Amino acid sequence: MLLEVNDIGITFGGLRAVMGFNMGVDKDEIVGLIGPNGAGKTTVFNLLTGVYTPTEGKIIFDQKDITGKKTNVINNLGIARTFQNIRLFKSMSVIDNVKVAYNQNMKYNELQGVFKFGLYKKEEAELHEKALNLLDVFGLKGEAEENAGNLPYGKQRKLEIARALGTGPKLLLLDEPAAGMNPSETAELMEIIRLVKDKFRVSILLIEHDMSLVMNICERLYVLDYGSLIASGPPEEIKNNQDVISAYLGE
Amino acid sequence: MAFYKKQFGLISAAVILILLVLFRYLGIIDDYYITIIDLVFINIILAVSLNLTIGFLGQLALGNAGFMAIGAYTSAILTTYLKLPPILLFPVAVLCSGVLAVLSSLIVGIPSLRLKGDYLAIITLGFGEIIKNIITGLKITGGARGYKGIMNYNTDFETNAYVNMIVLYLFAGLTVFVISNFTKSRHGRVIKSIRDNEIASEASGVNIMYYKLLGFSMSAFFAGVAGSLYAHHNGILAANKFDFNYSIEMVIMVVLGGMGNIKGSIAAAIFLTFLPQLLSSFSDKRMLFYSILLIIVMLVKNKNYPFLKIDFYKKRLLGR
Amino acid sequence: MNLFIDQMINGISVGSVYALVALGYTMVYGIVKLINFAHGDIIMVSSYFLMVFLRKAGLPFPLAILLSVALSGALGAIVEKLAYKPLRGAPRINVLITAIGVSILLQNVFAWVFKQDNPASMPALLDGAINIGGVSISKISVLTILVSVILMVTLSLLIKYTKMGKAMRAVSEDSGAAALMGINVDTTVSATFIIGSALAAVAGVLFASTYRLINPFMGSDFGLKAFIAAVLGGIGIIPGAMIGGFIMGVVESLAKGYVSTIFADTIVFTILIVILIFKPSGLLGKNIKEKV
Repeated sequence: MLLEVNDIGITFGGLRAVMGFNMGVDKDEIVGLIGPNGAGKTTVFNLLTGVYTPTEGKIIFDQKDITGKKTNVINNLGIARTFQNIRLFKSMSVIDNVKVAYNQNMKYNELQGVFKFGLYKKEEAELHEKALNLLDVFGLKGEAEENAGNLPYGKQRKLEIARALGTGPKLLLLDEPAAGMNPSETAELMEIIRLVKDKFRVSILLIEHDMSLVMNICERLYVLDYGSLIASGPPEEIKNNQDVISAYLGE
Repeated sequence: MAFYKKQFGLISAAVILILLVLFRYLGIIDDYYITIIDLVFINIILAVSLNLTIGFLGQLALGNAGFMAIGAYTSAILTTYLKLPPILLFPVAVLCSGVLAVLSSLIVGIPSLRLKGDYLAIITLGFGEIIKNIITGLKITGGARGYKGIMNYNTDFETNAYVNMIVLYLFAGLTVFVISNFTKSRHGRVIKSIRDNEIASEASGVNIMYYKLLGFSMSAFFAGVAGSLYAHHNGILAANKFDFNYSIEMVIMVVLGGMGNIKGSIAAAIFLTFLPQLLSSFSDKRMLFYSILLIIVMLVKNKNYPFLKIDFYKKRLLGR
Repeated sequence: MNLFIDQMINGISVGSVYALVALGYTMVYGIVKLINFAHGDIIMVSSYFLMVFLRKAGLPFPLAILLSVALSGALGAIVEKLAYKPLRGAPRINVLITAIGVSILLQNVFAWVFKQDNPASMPALLDGAINIGGVSISKISVLTILVSVILMVTLSLLIKYTKMGKAMRAVSEDSGAAALMGINVDTTVSATFIIGSALAAVAGVLFASTYRLINPFMGSDFGLKAFIAAVLGGIGIIPGAMIGGFIMGVVESLAKGYVSTIFADTIVFTILIVILIFKPSGLLGKNIKEKV
């Protein structure tokens, strides 16, 4: 298992937002996390990425205990994410958004950066090439020098995924990647997610409300309701699960 | 030709510096203007370095006069008591000024920058006032009477040729060079990403605390250096020179020149140093003027007051 | 021992004024997440209004006080409408810079208008002292403490039980959700600024009547300390602002009595740094992370 979540829970001032939650993601797997609004899906993402520290339980990633580690450290270890409400570096160029992601694997120091010697030239040239290639995968090469904030919505979502991949993750967390997209954009997104998985050799865990997308590309699903896991398994099984249907439709 | 185009900034800066030095020694510019020009260079260092904190890091610092004061008094005291060969004395004093300013910036920065919210603004504001108080209260700094007899560019040129305004010009050039290159390096890119979206930056693997401190302390370093250079430019120091108003003047230079725009900071530093010197009637109303300017620039930037924009009148008067 | 008691009483009296000002900082911060730098200057503005009504217009004390508090409250709301509201949604640093601009503007406008009487002296509101168990306390200190405590209790009740108070709490929790629930966010924000500024104005009246000398720049130093008081108690938390204010007043007063006037400010400032290191959410605060 690449990611193992053991009995995690978190309490916000008396409210148990997530409790006794277990899940796992294998290498080269696309897993979906679904559930009604307010079920605690994004909270799970925040727990996995160190935005929140779980009040109980353990998170093991790549054989390391990452429970309570800082967000940037968890990213360095190999978990990258996107956000439900897109968070780009809006006043920076598209390519610089991606370049920030590569920063953690670069070596030249502050002095070399200021006086442009040592590794500076070589690393910056390599970086530029890598960043352009990454943008190309997402069809953003043409907009490389544009301000990220000026991109249309769909491309902003793609850029966020590209930036997450720039950090070199083993596991990619996507928080509602298809939100606000029309059916043809969603179809394109599905292709991209499959491509990303194969090309970048990452496992993917995604939160999504668009059931056609979830049923189509996820190999396994976890269903969350009121902070607890109510079902898990392959999509066909989940589709007919009585608990899941009643959670979505109400009793 | 291609080289000239690429290094236009560097070459024109060098030409201006050489002309300035030449004019100065030939006596073409009189002493009054020389004093103002020296102040311009000190203010360029202050404005450009503060821009790193405000424009690139996106944090408001209201106490850079405090860092400047630390640098000024450090340098004044060191050059008085330290026995070093002339060639070393001045550089060592300038460097120590910067380093001490960095250390104090860490005391201020570590508790405030790790928090969300605008604690840096209020802490630096308090810090600037406290530094002023401490300097006034201490003996070694000359207390309320001020510090007199500091080695300076005019009178000590014979005894120590290295205490020289050329050093000031070179340091101003170095500041602009270092900070503009820094903002284009990977470290500068990361600092801008923190300004734009702290949460996304952290999720992209950035140790935001390190980079915030890096930007803030670099800014303090150059403010300390500027203080040292100011001490040797002036020859005497008074604690109340480094007050809140001076910190605000630096903020004005950054805001007027454009946050994140280094050339703008330089232009604003030149303009706002000459203006009060040339218009004495302006001098005592300048805080009034500056405060209105701050508010207007911010409101115009946000485009919610269309009548403050030229386009608004263009459209109305010229029809579309 | 006498010195100690005197400094304690003095500290509580100043502290209650800090608490009144800290309340405004905390209310505004709670609702629009802005450090309103101009808040401290409201103290100065109300002092000058009071001085003008008393000395230039010759109004009786109660009317003069009422008018200056009302005008200062209105000023707070006007500043919000003209300078802060248009910047909602702008980067925070821009709003912060605007707030600094408003603060300096107020100071310099008053310095310019009241050039001749700068600093200005105030007529006495209450003279003399009362004797409690051998300790003499000035009447104005007693009044200051009484008025502050009454206002703080009233404010707490207002926020807890009235419709406006509930709206304020809702907006500070989540302004988007509050708007969806039919709460008028703009009105609520304006009300917060009016109440906060009026409290600072009362503080200004009490302060000016105690020290009898006012100047256009007195608000920034006072405001800074009141802000530290708000952080000390936990910013955004109403009882925290009160507790913070009293602690600040007492600490500062004791430092002035036993250490030195010049270093009293340094001690107060050191407290701020220590809190931010060890308990940044303040004495009564809980650590809450930003929503992602």
